[in-house]
Amino acid sequence: MNFSELFKLSGLLARFSPDGKCLASCMQYRLVVRDVSTLQILQLYTCLDHIQYIEWSSDSLFVLCAMYKRGIVQVWSLEQPDWHCKIDEGSAGLVASCWSPDGRHILNTTEFHLRITVWSLCTKSVSYIKYPKACQQGIAFTKDGRYMAVAERRDCKDFISIFVCSDWQLLRHFDTETQDLFGIEWAPNGCVLAAWDTCLEYKMLLYSLDGRLLSTFRAYEWSLGIKSIAWSPSSQFLAIGSYDEKVRILNHVTWKKITEFEHPATIANTRTIVYKEVEKSPSVETERLSFPPTRALASSLFSTQSKYDISQVPVSLQYIKPVADRANPKMGIGMLAFSPDNCFLATKNDNIPNAVWIWDIQKLKLLVVLEQLCTVQSFQWDPRQPRLAVCTGNSRVYLWSPAGCVSVQVPGEGDFQIVSLSWHSSGDSMVLLSKDNFCVCYLDREETEMSAGDSNCAWSTTDVLH
Amino acid sequence: MGDWKTITVPVLSSDSKNIFQYTSEKKISPPSMNSQVLRLPLPSSKSMHSFFSAFCTEENIEQSISYLNRELTTLGFPSIYTESKGKELNLISIINCMNELLALQHKNLRAQEEVEMQHLKLGCDMDHLQNCYAKLKEQLELSKREIVGLQERDRQLQSKNRNLHQLLKNEKDEVQKLQNIISSRATQYNHDMKRKEREYNKLKERLHQLVMNKKDKKIAMEVLNYVGRADGKRGAWRTDKTEARNEEEMYKVLLSDYEQRQKQLLVENAELKKVLQQMKKEIISLLPPQKQKPRERSEDGPVLSDLEEDIGELNKENMWELSCETVREQLTNSIRKQWRMLKNHVEKLDNQVSRVHLGTLNEKDVISREDHELETEKLELEIQQCKEMIKTQQQLLQQQLMSPCDDDTTLLLQDCYLLEERERLQEEWTLFREQKKNFEKERRSFTEAAIRLGLERKAFEEDRGAWLKQQFLSISTDCKHSENVTSPSAFLGSKCSDQDNRLVKSTSQQRRPRCTLSVPVSAEPCQTSQYITRHSSGTASKKPAGDSKPNQWVESDKEAE
Repeated sequence: MNFSELFKLSGLLARFSPDGKCLASCMQYRLVVRDVSTLQILQLYTCLDHIQYIEWSSDSLFVLCAMYKRGIVQVWSLEQPDWHCKIDEGSAGLVASCWSPDGRHILNTTEFHLRITVWSLCTKSVSYIKYPKACQQGIAFTKDGRYMAVAERRDCKDFISIFVCSDWQLLRHFDTETQDLFGIEWAPNGCVLAAWDTCLEYKMLLYSLDGRLLSTFRAYEWSLGIKSIAWSPSSQFLAIGSYDEKVRILNHVTWKKITEFEHPATIANTRTIVYKEVEKSPSVETERLSFPPTRALASSLFSTQSKYDISQVPVSLQYIKPVADRANPKMGIGMLAFSPDNCFLATKNDNIPNAVWIWDIQKLKLLVVLEQLCTVQSFQWDPRQPRLAVCTGNSRVYLWSPAGCVSVQVPGEGDFQIVSLSWHSSGDSMVLLSKDNFCVCYLDREETEMSAGDSNCAWSTTDVLH
Repeated sequence: MGDWKTITVPVLSSDSKNIFQYTSEKKISPPSMNSQVLRLPLPSSKSMHSFFSAFCTEENIEQSISYLNRELTTLGFPSIYTESKGKELNLISIINCMNELLALQHKNLRAQEEVEMQHLKLGCDMDHLQNCYAKLKEQLELSKREIVGLQERDRQLQSKNRNLHQLLKNEKDEVQKLQNIISSRATQYNHDMKRKEREYNKLKERLHQLVMNKKDKKIAMEVLNYVGRADGKRGAWRTDKTEARNEEEMYKVLLSDYEQRQKQLLVENAELKKVLQQMKKEIISLLPPQKQKPRERSEDGPVLSDLEEDIGELNKENMWELSCETVREQLTNSIRKQWRMLKNHVEKLDNQVSRVHLGTLNEKDVISREDHELETEKLELEIQQCKEMIKTQQQLLQQQLMSPCDDDTTLLLQDCYLLEERERLQEEWTLFREQKKNFEKERRSFTEAAIRLGLERKAFEEDRGAWLKQQFLSISTDCKHSENVTSPSAFLGSKCSDQDNRLVKSTSQQRRPRCTLSVPVSAEPCQTSQYITRHSSGTASKKPAGDSKPNQWVESDKEAE
């Protein structure tokens, strides 16, 4: 495993291009595009203000930079560095901006969600979508980029509009039986739209592309409901994480619940492997201590290493009791993601912030729990294989695969607190982001597989056997 | 207790009862007479005379005699006067009367003793019962108190329960109330939200109008030059045609999705069918010998078999290619039937296995019982031998260890010694076995002797009984003679004082020691009486010791309780 040097970064804005050739990162008002393999700067663009959001177009030819404060979006072309485009929303303001799937249109949401403006880079035409709903996930594109679903709110009722992306024609418009629609998400196959209600009410609605209501799912009433959802890549399963610290999995045939994953603070099942991260200051053999100590030894004395130990079940995880009288309590399933091969589901229960739960979807059972020393900030699956990368706000990146798990220290001086990470589409590298820096981590394919599978995982599997 | 109750009062003949009534007035006299006898073993004739003078003197002899005659006749005795000679005394009759009176007296004495004993027993019984009564009363009190306590507790618990119920009800009410409050607040909240949202919408609308007016030049896109579309096409105008096309596209997408899903399902279905077919085949191949029986047994056999045949035909005609709907029922039926058959078969096999298992077990049990013992004996012997071997070996080893010099000669010697020892031990062993056999024999003879002894004892007991009977008879005849001498004391009882009464008790209690004193003259009748009582009580129940020590009896009773 190799690491690049640290590069400056602001606003956690570093993205791999969809084709995997470039890496765009922001440094205040500068946009830097680098080559992924060499990390040499390919282009450098200067925007009018601090960049708050960047996005690659689907064809990797353009980069969108949004400056919400000024209500401006600037678009840069990789092919023609001197080509420029500036979209000013003026007094209407700007709160969100994104590319349409074709990479030729930009959707800007104005302040107060007055409307969505669809700007075209090809023609002078401008389209407006009125009454967009101010919610977490109000716009959703199908994976193939053909359709867009937009949550709307008119006359105190929720609606969903489905547009054809090619010509922004309204295809379907229907109202939803929700109190306060909170989010919409297309299934990867683009035929089913999941829409869920606000957390005050547990309600999951599933619509067909043609606007038919396929099914409604309500697990319980009264208490806080859905917190997060995830479609499996095969569109077979819909995992719903809720405030009751459970994940419910629906199937795509009957849309009924298949199973329920609980996230208790105590893990008693002996089948579950609990990897516990332990920090160890390197043991110093007294015989080898010399006076004066060598520099290498001295530095190693003050750095701590971490590794995974296998805990003997039952294991009690650190549990945070949520404050009951606060809004948006830190409880329930806040993150969940399917592995690209549909075999695993990684979840995080916000009550137990130090643990990542990995479920075997084939057996519908808890497979592994990673108990970290720090709060889990983010995790993401390798897009090519069942391999999960986790970061916990320190300078280590953690990888789990069915063979075992490793903790890797990012080399380098200074504080590098990784709060976010993102995989390259090839799965060979990932970018690790901290507040002020980023670095690229290269996982040499053979080497990483071997090292992940052998060095650290050998002992873990043998430990399991013992 | 039971024994006490089963003791029957010695049977009195009806006539003796009658007599008893007559003599009841003088009930207390006989023991007093006895005591008199004790105190005055040989009363002088003089004193006797003086004693009698009170009743009969020279002057009133005639009157006395007539009085006696009268009395006797009233008592049913023959007149003491000779009938022919008027005032002549009939001596024989007098003597007969006397004898009879004496016999009566004896009988009465005996009866009285028994009654006293009974009285004593009853007294003890009474005491015991009173004790019991007291105890039970105490228990009753205790129980009552306990009941009261329990009732109190019950009451308390009930009240507590009531309170809890009340609390529960209150809580339920509270919950209901809270739910109502929540729902009302929710509706209120929703209403307010709607109101606010409307206001907000109005504001938005106004803002929209204000902000989005065309005058705002700022809202614009500056672009160097328009770029081509990603697909290279030019943007098309929105027309009805495009709309229709979009619809078409959408349905195509949906359709393709459904088709894909259907394909998946088909594949899955085919695989399942394959599995089903395989299973069916396997079941059929497993079952052929079993097929006949269930068909015979089951009433709906023919129908099912028909069906099966149909299905068999269908099977041949590749029924699997048919859609499930047409053959579903038949298929499920046949599968169910085959499954049932398989289940029966398995159950039968299970039964058979268990039966066989049991059978073998039984057989083993039957056979082994005798062999088993032999075998164990043999094994035990072997074990014994082995143990001895080990012991000797250990000894040898120890010796060897003690004498570290391991000369060949010593080793040889030791070997010799071992052999010798072993032989000797074996000899001893055989000797021991013989001895054991002899002991067995002896024991058998002893048991036989014991049985014989028992028989002999029984015979002896019978003899002794006969002898005792004889003895008694002879004594009773003796008694008659002796009574003739002591009879005057019987009259003495009628005028007995209270002091004598007390004596009765003492005599009844201390009879045995007194009897053992065996006062030569007067003890005899007493002893005979005791014999009699013992005999009678012996027939009823054997409690001679209890008679003499009633207190102890009560105690033993208590123990029995």
